[in-house]
Amino acid sequence: MTQIYGREPLTSTMSRSFVTPEGIDLKLELGDAGQRAAAFLIDLAIIVGALLGFTIIAFLAGVGSAQYLGVEWIVVIWLLVSFLLRSFYFVIFELSAKAATPGKRLLGLRVAARDGGQLRAQSVLARNAMRELEVFIPLSILFSRADGGGAESWMYLLTFVWVSLFVFFPLFNKDRLRPGDLVGGTWVVRTPKQALLRDIAQDTVAATPLSVFTDTQLDVYGVKELQVLESVLRARDDDTMKSVTERICAKIGVPYRWDKSDYDFLSAYYNALRSKLETNLLMGKRRADKFDV
Amino acid sequence: MSPMAEIEVKSSPKLKSLRFRQERERDWSELERLVDTYERSGVKGLSDDEILAAPILYRSTLSALSVARSTSLDRAVIDYLESLCARAYFFIYGSRATLWDKLGSFFRYEWRLAVCAVWKETLVSGAVLALGIAIALVLYGQSTEWYFTFVPGELAGGRDPSASLETLRATLYHASDEDGDGFSVFATSLFTHNAQVALLAFAVGFAFGIPTALVIASNGAMLGMFIALFASHGLGYEVGGWLIIHGMTEIFAFVLAGAAGLNLGRAMAFPGNQSRLNAVVKAGIVSGTVMGGVVVMLFVAGLLEGFGRQMVTSDLARYAIGLGSGVVWFIFFYAPRRSPNLGKS
Repeated sequence: MTQIYGREPLTSTMSRSFVTPEGIDLKLELGDAGQRAAAFLIDLAIIVGALLGFTIIAFLAGVGSAQYLGVEWIVVIWLLVSFLLRSFYFVIFELSAKAATPGKRLLGLRVAARDGGQLRAQSVLARNAMRELEVFIPLSILFSRADGGGAESWMYLLTFVWVSLFVFFPLFNKDRLRPGDLVGGTWVVRTPKQALLRDIAQDTVAATPLSVFTDTQLDVYGVKELQVLESVLRARDDDTMKSVTERICAKIGVPYRWDKSDYDFLSAYYNALRSKLETNLLMGKRRADKFDV
Repeated sequence: MSPMAEIEVKSSPKLKSLRFRQERERDWSELERLVDTYERSGVKGLSDDEILAAPILYRSTLSALSVARSTSLDRAVIDYLESLCARAYFFIYGSRATLWDKLGSFFRYEWRLAVCAVWKETLVSGAVLALGIAIALVLYGQSTEWYFTFVPGELAGGRDPSASLETLRATLYHASDEDGDGFSVFATSLFTHNAQVALLAFAVGFAFGIPTALVIASNGAMLGMFIALFASHGLGYEVGGWLIIHGMTEIFAFVLAGAAGLNLGRAMAFPGNQSRLNAVVKAGIVSGTVMGGVVVMLFVAGLLEGFGRQMVTSDLARYAIGLGSGVVWFIFFYAPRRSPNLGKS
């Protein structure tokens, strides 16, 4: 059963309590470093792609039209457009209703104010002005020449270490804030779209009466086991279902019956167990797992 | 729902949590549809009725989440509701302003109010820049060798103390049919370089503002060296025109970027009676607004430098444009006017 426990962590270290004005904790999950980096790389690819596309169009138009304008003006326009893209791509998208760039959107991330209030335009501006320090300057240092030797190389090394502090800043705090988040008062949360899955109980509830199991047979497990059973039923993997059925049968003292399919047995047990645990919940008794008595 | 169906629900051996879910599922998917629409096309994608219905649906869904958490053991429902409620929260409590509204209020008052708020830092930043220029002028007077210490070769573009008067004069008034091809490109790349330096001056303010002061001073020194070089060849008045046409905007933007950085550094070093983190966020929001404006100013300066300066070659006109832009910026930022109604930001 261990690999099933490992598949679905029930609590996450990136989960933060976030109480709405209605007094309900939404338990927001923060975007982790990998998701943030991936989102940024996607955005970077989009910016570079847009610049490339723009260059090709400008080149075709420039070469096709008057010689008078010449390549010079194309380069001027190109430089201005690349400046605008670099400065405003992130700001414009994060100011929209999605509060996320296309890269963040793909990964189910969005920018939110750390204090739970509205995300203000000023915060978005601040967090993106810092990007210069975190990304573009380190990149330009990375590509600059360091072969001067002597003091110059030492300077290069020191600058490199210094800017690395900013690049890797998110890895050194538990909320994965980059300096821009710190200054803008924002953080990046996960709000992925989630489809409502079918209730497992819905499939078989009419077919099997709940009373086939006795109270002692249902008292062996708690909520955690129920949810593991739910994920087993959703996966519907024959081998897993077989071994889970054998284990449950051994545990509750029922002979392993070959005439009934494992799925039917498990879903009947799931229904009975859930009904029992939910009744207890109404009475204020929550049994976390099988060790909880 | 027909009476028959009602009886069926009651008599079926369904779990209570399953019935709970089935009775509310339609509201949830309606809320989900509204949130989807909002995320895709903003508030304007929703009708008035939908906007009115949204908070009601949101509250009932939130309460369903609360009930489900304490009575249901169906993980699917809880996961779904948590995700839906979080998305709906950002919709319900998020800003109703569209992107254009936000840009509008930025240009109408947020920008200038932020600039006014950092007036002390602006004075300090301007003083540091002036100090840099003064140092450069003094040093150049002692030895022209200092020029190469402060001005990197790629930015000088052949303008150094060994250049002839004619070469220097040509760089100020290049005519496009001579060897000046690529000069606009040079000017524009100079502009992107300057923009980068301005953003850097802000971003390093994080480190208690000290690197910001260094960046401002060293760029001031570079500017001073330029002026000293041309002045020593008797081109002081001419280089003034060459610089001021875009420099009024660009240097002002640069000073403001420095002020934004210093503001950040001040909050970091002396948070007052707030926590350091809160002080930084507060300062960051003001500084961020200033920086948004700085980028706009730099863009205007880039246009003046890339196009304006190449077309206007008369000194007088250059001075007129430069000083005129300075007056416009000054009035825009500092002229007293009625304060806006900030209640509905």
